Amino acid sequence: MLELIVISTLNGVLYGMLLFLMASGLTVIFSMLGVLNFAHASFYMLGAFFGFQISRWFGFWPALIVAPLLAGALGAAVERYGLRHVHKNGHVAELLFTFGLAFAIEEIVQIIWGKNPVDFRVPPLLDFPAFTLFSTNYPAFKIFMLAVSIVIFVGLLVVLKRTRIGLIVQAALTHPHMVGHLGHNVGRIFMLVFGVGTALAAVAGVIAGPALVTQSNMAGLLGPILFVVVVVGGLGSLPGAFIASLLIGLIQTFAVSMDGSLAGAFGPLGPDYATTWLSDIWNVTVAQIAPIMPYLLLVLILIFRPMGLLGTRDT
Amino acid sequence: MSDATATIAPPRPAASDRMKFYGIWIAAALLLLVLPKLFSSGGSLTTFSLIGISIIFSLSYNILLGQTGMLSFGHAVYYGLGGFLAIHAINIVARNKFAIPLPVIPLVGGAAGLIFAMLLGWVSTRRSGTAFAMISLGVAELMASSALILRTFFGGEAGVSANRTKVLRLFDWSFGPQIQIYYLVAAWTLIAVIAMYALTRTPLGRMCNAVRDNPERVQFVGYDPHIIRYIAFCFSGLFAGIAGALAAINFEIANSAYLGAVQSGTVLFATYIGGVGFFIGPIVGAIFVTLLSLGLSDLTQVWQLYFGLIFIAVVMFAPGGITGLLMMHRPLLKGGTLSRVLPSYLVAFLPTLAMITGLMLMIETTVHFTVNPNEDSHIKAFGIPFDAANPAIWAVAAVLLIGGFLLARKTWARVAASWDDALTAAREKGVAA
Amino acid sequence: MSTAIELRGVEKTFGITSVIRNVNLTVAHGERHALIGPNGAGKSTLFNLISGYMKPSVGSILLRDQVISGLPPFQINRRGLSRSFQVTNVFAKMSVWENLRCAVLWATGHRYAFWKNVDNLPEVRDRTAQILQDINLVSRRDVPAGLLTYAEQRALEIGITVAGGADVILLDEPTAGMSHAETERAVALIRRLTEGRTLLIVEHDMSVVFGLADRISVLVYGQIIASGTPEEIRGNPKVKEAYLGEEVV
Repeated sequence: MLELIVISTLNGVLYGMLLFLMASGLTVIFSMLGVLNFAHASFYMLGAFFGFQISRWFGFWPALIVAPLLAGALGAAVERYGLRHVHKNGHVAELLFTFGLAFAIEEIVQIIWGKNPVDFRVPPLLDFPAFTLFSTNYPAFKIFMLAVSIVIFVGLLVVLKRTRIGLIVQAALTHPHMVGHLGHNVGRIFMLVFGVGTALAAVAGVIAGPALVTQSNMAGLLGPILFVVVVVGGLGSLPGAFIASLLIGLIQTFAVSMDGSLAGAFGPLGPDYATTWLSDIWNVTVAQIAPIMPYLLLVLILIFRPMGLLGTRDT
Repeated sequence: MSDATATIAPPRPAASDRMKFYGIWIAAALLLLVLPKLFSSGGSLTTFSLIGISIIFSLSYNILLGQTGMLSFGHAVYYGLGGFLAIHAINIVARNKFAIPLPVIPLVGGAAGLIFAMLLGWVSTRRSGTAFAMISLGVAELMASSALILRTFFGGEAGVSANRTKVLRLFDWSFGPQIQIYYLVAAWTLIAVIAMYALTRTPLGRMCNAVRDNPERVQFVGYDPHIIRYIAFCFSGLFAGIAGALAAINFEIANSAYLGAVQSGTVLFATYIGGVGFFIGPIVGAIFVTLLSLGLSDLTQVWQLYFGLIFIAVVMFAPGGITGLLMMHRPLLKGGTLSRVLPSYLVAFLPTLAMITGLMLMIETTVHFTVNPNEDSHIKAFGIPFDAANPAIWAVAAVLLIGGFLLARKTWARVAASWDDALTAAREKGVAA
Repeated sequence: MSTAIELRGVEKTFGITSVIRNVNLTVAHGERHALIGPNGAGKSTLFNLISGYMKPSVGSILLRDQVISGLPPFQINRRGLSRSFQVTNVFAKMSVWENLRCAVLWATGHRYAFWKNVDNLPEVRDRTAQILQDINLVSRRDVPAGLLTYAEQRALEIGITVAGGADVILLDEPTAGMSHAETERAVALIRRLTEGRTLLIVEHDMSVVFGLADRISVLVYGQIIASGTPEEIRGNPKVKEAYLGEEVV
């Protein structure tokens, strides 16, 4: 039991940090540009596939640097030549543009790399168990993933607190309406923010790719959870996104490792239900409903805290 | 009504206008009636049925997006639940030999859509804008994933099927042949379209528009925007449920794809491509997208990519959709200055076509090398055979794409200029925009 | 005379900044009451508090002796208090006629009705036509509100505010940005439309204030430093020092 708790906590924090790598970019982009980038998870996927392709040609370490740069450049181009053009048609058009983009990116990835998972492997340098806890070997690559996310997290904090751009971003987070008064280089700042945000998502893709499954549906699977994170945390709140990322990371990881069900808990009490369609609810295990946990959390949050955990804004 | 009102308020429609108004509806009904006589093949009847279902579904979606300004990424939930409830209803009716004929089954679907919209809508419509969009997505994922868990009701991966001919017969209609299904769908389409049009003409329908334009101000004229959004959401669920039930009757099966993300995306595409600004927009979009998806899938393997690119192009260059694009020309037509822009259209048409051809050629050759690398390189796309391995083809694709783009940019700038001229001229003639 | 609006010890703080500090204000029924003060004194915030757009941090607000602070804006509106906005706030894509009609629908009891044809409601037509004539926009009836001139939009703004028939009207700088001639017309319009109703108005143009108001309150740094008839305010040394200066006769 203790083993389960420790391992699940580690995995949950790791998953949460990965989510936050993406959610942070999404939140900052939303605060500054006013648009929730529906294609954010697509850049995570692009990061994974670019990482896969580059590590095939040049190895994992160049991929870790180059893939996010490529994805970030692509993101910046999307902002400059796509979003900026759509901006005059309002936020709905912007959101729809990124929605169409997510759709197109998934199709393109399918065309280039196919529908099946690609063989993106952990680099040999990190392919060993870091330590053995009770009876579980904890892979070194996961420790590496955790380290990368923490380094980036700290780096982001420093940038936000210590640089001019960081100050502008902070101002945008608290006073979104003031963004328009930033001056003549506002376009470049937007492009930069979008590029960095999508590059961060791509970093998550490169490091998650070998550990999870690199497949053309990975954006579609992760995207909705990412949006749950930003809504639960409170749209536009960076600390909220952080808390929600960890919360959802831990909830899902713990749920997956539990196989209890109502039938297991109250088994003898409910034979009457066994024949109706309610039997599904009766017999389903916690692990089986792990995928819907984030969405249940979303509904609960909406009922009890419509603005999200730390949200203040209604847009 | 006071005399002053008569001179100040918008005039009541004249008898001729009213005739025209009802004439359009009667013409639509007649068209639906004779359509099978003109195109009688089984394939076209199926296509018409799918279009009818798609029209109801898209219009129900536009109650949210176009009328009330709510962008939903999960509208298929109500469509799908309507479909499942309809299938179960058919099975129950058939098993128990209830005296309920097939044509009223869509009401079951509508009720299902309405009830679930009432349940799920209250929390989701609390927020508007981006938050609502994300919430609709979350709720949709919740329902779609739950459908796979609740296997007894949703039938797991396989879905639930039914035999529509086993319910009570009316006037000896078995609803086995597609032609009978066509008339069932056509009748429901007409009813639903009239009902949804009527809805836009009610106090609620007008306040939906007000919430879309300015939810803040609505609060200061006595209305709670949340309630308005909620009622609109419920109506939208009702009609989506009817559409889903008709789909289930048409296919005699309901599966989890009915309430999935792809279905939600498709209705969004159809509605937006048709145009959200006019009542008729989603109808145009439903026809266009249904025909396109049926037609493109025969012509190319990667039709979904083209679909996505068309959608992106509409969002970027024609945010009013097809109808918006057409309606833009109305003032020019009235002002008689339309002929001034047509030449510039012709000039812009060629390089644009070249650019699109180049893009398609590039996509199709890429597809050949990534998807089917081991097959013969003499491929056929859109009915045109060419050799994907021939470098000349690549060169042609590149020239068409880049050259077309550069030229198109210039010509479209000219279109914009001549457009402005024509509109100014039309305005001078006293035509309101 | 009964009171229409009463503020009791109202305070509003944002974080550590207090914008409204212990404001007590009474507006009698049928009175035209002007609220003046330098920029940033908190006049618009006070309007936001009274109309329910914001909730006071401390204190209570009463409309005809009933507490309304804490209620959402639409409930306050239904109790007969209507406000306009400093920045024009209309339904931009809808026509002038539709704008006014939306403002009439709740008051005529049609609420969320989805079974009535909105064009077939005689009392709605009558009232909308009346307001349209009152604000002199008959010739612009079918123009989308977003395409009106600035002065026309301001008139529409006032029209939407009074259309519901509320007997307490709050106008936030209705003549801001208008030319002299436009201001005169706007003042005549306001005078006519608020006949027999209670009016609380924020205004910078002193000729408008002194021409229109029965009583004036002066708000400086979130506090009311004086309240009285125009003569009393004119002669008040504190007001002169804080705000009016010498140019006011």
